[in-house]
Amino acid sequence: MTAFDEERLAHLIAALPPAPEGWVRAAQELPLARTQLDDIVARAEADAAFRRRLIADLESALEAEGYERDPRIIEALRVRFMSK
Amino acid sequence: MAAISDRELVARCRDGDEAAWAELVERFSRYVYAIAVQAFRLSPTDAEDVFQEVFARAYQHLDKLRDDAALRPWLGQLTRRLCIDRMRATSREQPVADEELEPAGASDVYAELDEALSVQEALAATPGHCREILDRFFARDESYKTIGDALDLPSGTIASRISRCLARLREFLEGRTEEAPPSSSG
Repeated sequence: MTAFDEERLAHLIAALPPAPEGWVRAAQELPLARTQLDDIVARAEADAAFRRRLIADLESALEAEGYERDPRIIEALRVRFMSK
Repeated sequence: MAAISDRELVARCRDGDEAAWAELVERFSRYVYAIAVQAFRLSPTDAEDVFQEVFARAYQHLDKLRDDAALRPWLGQLTRRLCIDRMRATSREQPVADEELEPAGASDVYAELDEALSVQEALAATPGHCREILDRFFARDESYKTIGDALDLPSGTIASRISRCLARLREFLEGRTEEAPPSSSG
C-alpha cells in the first residue's frame, strides 16, 4: 500500500465482501470431516462385513451406522473403496 | 482468537488446532472468494467448488508450505490455479494456454485484492466498533438504518462514525508503515 486516501480505503474494504456463510462453515468443518473419514476407513479396514456393506451401497451403509451425510466424505470413500 | 501472525496460525493448524483452522478459513475466505468471483467471474456453482477445493488442498498440504509466512501468496496462487483448471474444464473450445484463460488485467486485479486484504488485516486490528461499522457499510453494503438497528446506534450518527473510523484506519495504516514496511505475514 502506497497511499492512504480515505476514499481509496473505502474502495478496498468494499473489494472484499464476505463469502457466503455456508461456504465458510463447510471449509471450517474440514478437520471434523477428516476425523470422521479416518474413523470410517479404520472401521472398514478392521471389519470386513462393514467394508462389504460400504462397497455394496455406500450411502445406505453409512446411514445405517448413524453417520451424517457429508458429500465430501462420501466422495472420498467412493474413491477409496469403489475404485479398487 | 486474538490476532496472530499467519506464521503462528499455520503452526497451530499443523498441531491440529481446530480453532486455528477456523480462523485461517475466516481470515482468507474473502480473498479466495474475491479471486474466484471478481477476478475470474466464475458462476456461483463453480466458485463454490473452487472455494472448497482451495481450503481442502490447503488443509491437506499445509505441511508442504516452505515458508509459513507465505500463506497468503500460496493461497492466492492455489486459487488462481484452480480457477484456471475450472475454466479449462468447462470450456468447450480448443485447449488454450493458462495466460489466455486468465481475465484481462488479471495482475491489476490480484494486486488490488492483495492490497484490500492488507487493509482488511489492518481493519481487524482497529477497535471493534470501527471494524464492525466499516465492514457493514462498505463490504456488506448495509444501509445506515440496518447498521443503526444492528448496533443499536441512532442512524443519524452512522455517517460521522464511518468518517471517524476511516480516519482511524488511515492513521493506523500510516503508523504501521512508518514502523515497518507492510508484509504478507499478517
